[in-house]
Amino acid sequence: MSKLGLIIKREYMAKVRNRSFVVMTFLSPLLMVGMIVLIAYLAKVNEGEQRVITILNESGYFEGDFNNTEALSYIVLDQMDLETAKDSTLNLDYYGLLYIPNRNGDMEESAAQAYFYTRESPNTGVLTGLEAKFQKRLRLGRLQKLGVSEGDFEHIEADFELQTESFSGHQNLKGINEIKAIIGGMFGYLIMMFIIIYGSFVMRSVIEEKTSRIIEVIISSVKPFQLMMGKIIGTSMAGITQFVIWVVSGGVLLFASSLIFGFDLMELQGGAGMASQAMELQGMEGFDEKIMLYGAEIWQLPWALMLISFIIYFVLGYFIYSSIYAAIGAAVDNETDTQQFMLPVILPLMLAIYIGFFSVFSNPHGPIAVIFSLIPLTSPIVMLMRLPAGLGEGGVAYWEFFTSIFLLLASFLAIVWLAAKIYRVGILMYGKKPSYRELYKWLRY
Amino acid sequence: MGNILVADGLTKRFGDHTALNQVSLEIPKNAIYGLLGPNGAGKTTFIRIINQITYPDQGQVFFDGEPLQPHHIAQIGYLPEERGLYKSMKVGEQALYLAQLKGLSKAEAKSRLKYWFERLEIGDWWHKKVQELSKGMAQKIQFIVTVLHKPKLLIFDEPFSGFDPINANVIKDEILQLKEDGTSIIFSTHRMESVEELCEYIALIHKSHKILDGKLADIKETYKQNLFDVGLGITSGTDNLLSEMGSKAKIITHKFDRGRNQLDFRVQLNSTETGDLLAYLSAKGNVNGFTEVVPSANEIFIQTIAERNE
Repeated sequence: MSKLGLIIKREYMAKVRNRSFVVMTFLSPLLMVGMIVLIAYLAKVNEGEQRVITILNESGYFEGDFNNTEALSYIVLDQMDLETAKDSTLNLDYYGLLYIPNRNGDMEESAAQAYFYTRESPNTGVLTGLEAKFQKRLRLGRLQKLGVSEGDFEHIEADFELQTESFSGHQNLKGINEIKAIIGGMFGYLIMMFIIIYGSFVMRSVIEEKTSRIIEVIISSVKPFQLMMGKIIGTSMAGITQFVIWVVSGGVLLFASSLIFGFDLMELQGGAGMASQAMELQGMEGFDEKIMLYGAEIWQLPWALMLISFIIYFVLGYFIYSSIYAAIGAAVDNETDTQQFMLPVILPLMLAIYIGFFSVFSNPHGPIAVIFSLIPLTSPIVMLMRLPAGLGEGGVAYWEFFTSIFLLLASFLAIVWLAAKIYRVGILMYGKKPSYRELYKWLRY
Repeated sequence: MGNILVADGLTKRFGDHTALNQVSLEIPKNAIYGLLGPNGAGKTTFIRIINQITYPDQGQVFFDGEPLQPHHIAQIGYLPEERGLYKSMKVGEQALYLAQLKGLSKAEAKSRLKYWFERLEIGDWWHKKVQELSKGMAQKIQFIVTVLHKPKLLIFDEPFSGFDPINANVIKDEILQLKEDGTSIIFSTHRMESVEELCEYIALIHKSHKILDGKLADIKETYKQNLFDVGLGITSGTDNLLSEMGSKAKIITHKFDRGRNQLDFRVQLNSTETGDLLAYLSAKGNVNGFTEVVPSANEIFIQTIAERNE
């Protein structure tokens, strides 16, 4: 076996045999699924609660405007004064009392004097719902005074939705850009999480070799560069193992718990944000048809392209960042000294995620999205968020894609080279508090 | 017999600091070569250059006649001063890993490890984790790993630090045995007692310069000052003995035991010629002690460095 192979194997074994690594590997999916189940359960409990509102209506208007829904039901009170109504609402433990007085038989004046009594300040959703009902009725009343019939009013109120289509005659769906960006974003987010978790594993393993003083024994047999690369590759393979276990066991657990607890998986996904956006944007009519359309649209995403570029960006991005982590580990004597160097590493990652969510969502091919999908430290995340739109017309321009990969590759070589230099010097330095100036000096040794 | 290693004009700078300045050394085969010098003199830098951990800015190293190349790593065994082991790895696994990195096959490494574990009576450690071992125990493992691949050149940097006297002796005997078997050994230290016992050759490095090198015996020869420790049982009169002698040679120290009539003194002669003094002393009594004072490595070390600093 080659020396690199030996190092990779040792790093891999050291990682996967580590007790806390094993515990995390098997505990994390349980925790994650447990959390999802809990959230879903709580949401269900919350939804299941029905609020009851009593109505004392003396005005003679607004009758029939308050219809029971799943979340709200109304009880119309009759023949009692306000105080009795309040008392009985309170005693019966209902959510609130809506009181509409009679002021000169006038709808406007009566509405102006209407009160909503609750124990505590009322839920905004409930309040807005009630207000909307008043508003609609009042608007109708005002328009009727102007001579508009009720039928005309319904006509006026009708919703309007703009039909959209791409130039190539493909039907565009509302929110599909967001869905695409979210799918791309999940890839980008995956890369970020992977870099942060396993990059710092690399760093810790370098520090361990330094503090245990084994480093000089090892690099009298192998080149520091081999050791660094072996460490990065071994750790990432352990990371991939862990990720695969997480995904598989998480999937199985989620599926099993959905069967046991009777949650609808589609509903859960809705909770996670994907389908819910789509649903919000729908009227009820043609719902199934629309879902089919969205499904088809997602199905038609350039999955092959996305997966291939995910692998490219993942490998390059991970190697860039973890060699920086390795250099940091080599530069310090213990983990507490790493703080000053961590921020510049985390910053581009955070930036990429924020750029992704704020800029790529609304304008996937705008100047900011384009620039940050070219800059090497952010491109792995930002470009992946843009890519679901495809390559070429209507998507990421070919030159952008290839420039981005080229720049990433170039900076991969440059950064790994620089990191290796710092690493080579740093692993043999003890007791020196490294500053950026010191690191610069090391580059010239 | 030739040299295992020749360093020619090695210079190494770290920024503004010069760690080695035009250092040339010739390290003969099948001998123990002591690399001496105070802390920070540049010994470790020199050793790291031999191990190709760092590279010289100027100068060249020849290993067994060839310019030093990466494949020579398999011929060198290095026990660094800063040494350790992976704490959470098992002893056997770890030793196997390190041996394989030196280019041994797994089977070969295993059988040699078995031999060494038995030889140093640590056979039952194989499945222990390093963190369960004491410091001295870990040092033994490190020693084994260093010599396991039977290198032509062994480099020990402060090999006895961390050992109790008994185990230090065990290791010392092993080092001597390795030399007997034909290995060339570089022995870096600032502890002089062990130098006297082990080293045939030495080089003294101070503030990045080599200030002295050669065969230890030759160096001692040049550093001796014709000093003699003499014991004299006086039989004739003691009057004026000291002043009379003082005219012939320089008395450094003396001690007179009146009860036994015994005079012990240290004297410095002008040459190695001792006949005159002995003839004179024989007339005065019985010479019951006469030893040439040869400087210890430690004295040479301190003296040379003191001269340098002046």
